[in-house]
Amino acid sequence: MIKTLYVPCDSSAISLGADRVANAILREAEQRGITIQLVRNGSRGMFWLETLVEVATEQGRIAYGPVQAQDVASLFEADFLNGGDHALSLGLTEELPYLKKQQRLTFARIGKTDPISLDDYLANDGYRGLNNALAMAQADIVKAVTDSGLRGRGGAAFPTGIKWNTVLNTASAQKYIICNADEGDSGTFSDRMVMEGDPFVLIEGMTIAGLAVGATQGYIYLRVEYPHAHKALTAAIDSAYQAGYLGDTILNSGKAFHLEVRLGAGAYVCGEETSLMESLEGKRGLVRFKPPLPAIKGLFGQPTVVNNVISLASVPIILDKGGDYYRDFGMGRSRGTLPIQLAGNLKHGGLVELAFGLTLRELLYDFGGGSASGRPIKAVQVGGPLGAYLPESQFDTPLDYESFAAIWAVVGHGGVVAFDDTADMAELARYSMEFCAIESCGKCTPCRIGSTRGMELMDEIIQGKDLAKNVPLLRSLCDTLLNGSLCALGGMTPYPVLSALNHFPQDFGVEA
Amino acid sequence: MTDTSTMLATVQAVTAALKDKPGALLPILHGVQDALGYIPTDSVPVIAKALNLSRAEVHGVISFYHYFRETPPGKQTIQLCRAESCQAMGAKHLEAHVKAKLGIDFHETTADGEFSLEPVYCLGNCACSPALQIGADIYGRVSPELFDELIANTEAAA
Repeated sequence: MIKTLYVPCDSSAISLGADRVANAILREAEQRGITIQLVRNGSRGMFWLETLVEVATEQGRIAYGPVQAQDVASLFEADFLNGGDHALSLGLTEELPYLKKQQRLTFARIGKTDPISLDDYLANDGYRGLNNALAMAQADIVKAVTDSGLRGRGGAAFPTGIKWNTVLNTASAQKYIICNADEGDSGTFSDRMVMEGDPFVLIEGMTIAGLAVGATQGYIYLRVEYPHAHKALTAAIDSAYQAGYLGDTILNSGKAFHLEVRLGAGAYVCGEETSLMESLEGKRGLVRFKPPLPAIKGLFGQPTVVNNVISLASVPIILDKGGDYYRDFGMGRSRGTLPIQLAGNLKHGGLVELAFGLTLRELLYDFGGGSASGRPIKAVQVGGPLGAYLPESQFDTPLDYESFAAIWAVVGHGGVVAFDDTADMAELARYSMEFCAIESCGKCTPCRIGSTRGMELMDEIIQGKDLAKNVPLLRSLCDTLLNGSLCALGGMTPYPVLSALNHFPQDFGVEA
Repeated sequence: MTDTSTMLATVQAVTAALKDKPGALLPILHGVQDALGYIPTDSVPVIAKALNLSRAEVHGVISFYHYFRETPPGKQTIQLCRAESCQAMGAKHLEAHVKAKLGIDFHETTADGEFSLEPVYCLGNCACSPALQIGADIYGRVSPELFDELIANTEAAA
């Protein structure tokens, strides 16, 4: 019997040598005259164990990791093809506590299947949501999404169903679905994992969105820093066209949906939806005034749904299992699950999909295993470069949109970046201002000029100059940015700056 | 080095193939940079004419996006992540090492034309920080020692 092995093609796994491991396995098998089938799957999201090699056995898939190319010969010696024991044996993959404790809805297939195999997708519940949607009235599809309680996973947490409803009810000959795949927040990689590890789920979600609101053209605006995601999406879109899941008449329904990937070019601000649309139109990514809302006047002036990758990738399971099924996960007004990304200085960095409500402390220590350096965790930034820094005293906050808002923080896209006690919070606050200055689109004055002034102020504060004047000035400047900026870039840069100042005043040379 | 007429022929071919797409300018600029490694100043009027835009508009778009470059890069471009997650794992120390090792700052190319160094704000490899990319290859948990090894391998392969 031919043995099946899995070596991830996820770019984080590749960054740790997965391609070399895959090649070594193929070479070793050939030398030993053994025929194997090697599948390049997505990553299970346990990155301290990458390269995680799995072998299919009668008991289930058995994992070995972290494997390096030089370990491959000894794995063959240990008969790992039959689940043999080895120093890198981890046992059954599904029994690993990090995975077993999760509630994977959006990530249900990721790590299990060959990402660009349509057959694999179909064999693992793929396109069931679309099949249901094809038999439903448009308003009923929108209602299922509204009932699920799904809120925009890009960071703004706006109810997805309400956005769709506006587009559905805005009459126009041409409407668009845009997937915002400009995942630029530091500490986030869940969009990338979906696009590399299960691109069909995003394609299916966008197709359902198109059916729901009457849009026939979709664009995935993908950041150029994600070449592996680009490759996977392109291959999956080609297969979907060939098999009739995209095109002029989806599965002979008479309903059309076309999909194209467009690449960004390294501008963080293009993750802001109006800037993104300017960029898609071939212009500088300058933020637009709102209103008009994109749902009414968006891409090329037409009604447009703009949703994040995770939001759209959560749609197929909602249409498959129903809005109620999804809504039964979560707490308060944060329904469903959130793919949380553990990053920075953590021993066990990775992807943890769970219903809303877990505390930061559980994430950092139970899943993350504490700091990678072994030193105390000093601060955690949640929600990307525009998210607040939280001190240890706030680690018991449950991860939920409202609980975070109550402590002047944001969940954002679910990225959690941990820092140990060597972090200098004043330096990090300066960096936030610098980042805003580099990435500002330049349209509004508070962001364009305020960020540079903020950087200069932070330089003086770090040198200990005139703190009695400069610290209040920094607060006043942040107030201007917060209330006077056109979009979240300038409007939220004060979150990391002021939270660092408020929670770690000693790093700024001021009394608590 | 591509001579001017071959360069312009490439720009014209890329532009002709993509100009009828809605919002064609970014796809065209990507096409030119993919083919030539950068977007030569001389290509601006060609692109502007095909899209019925002013040269200023095309230049404005090129200069807005960090990824587009108007000068030829070195044989390999090194993209070093400066974002928070990588900072939490020693990216500043790595940045100082990389700059000293190559003898260049960000946005510069080594004198021998081997390496260009660019900052990048997140490669999405945040669970394996610090991260960098050399050409098309991404690396995680990069220590100064690993960087030296990677550079030596790249030079040996060249």
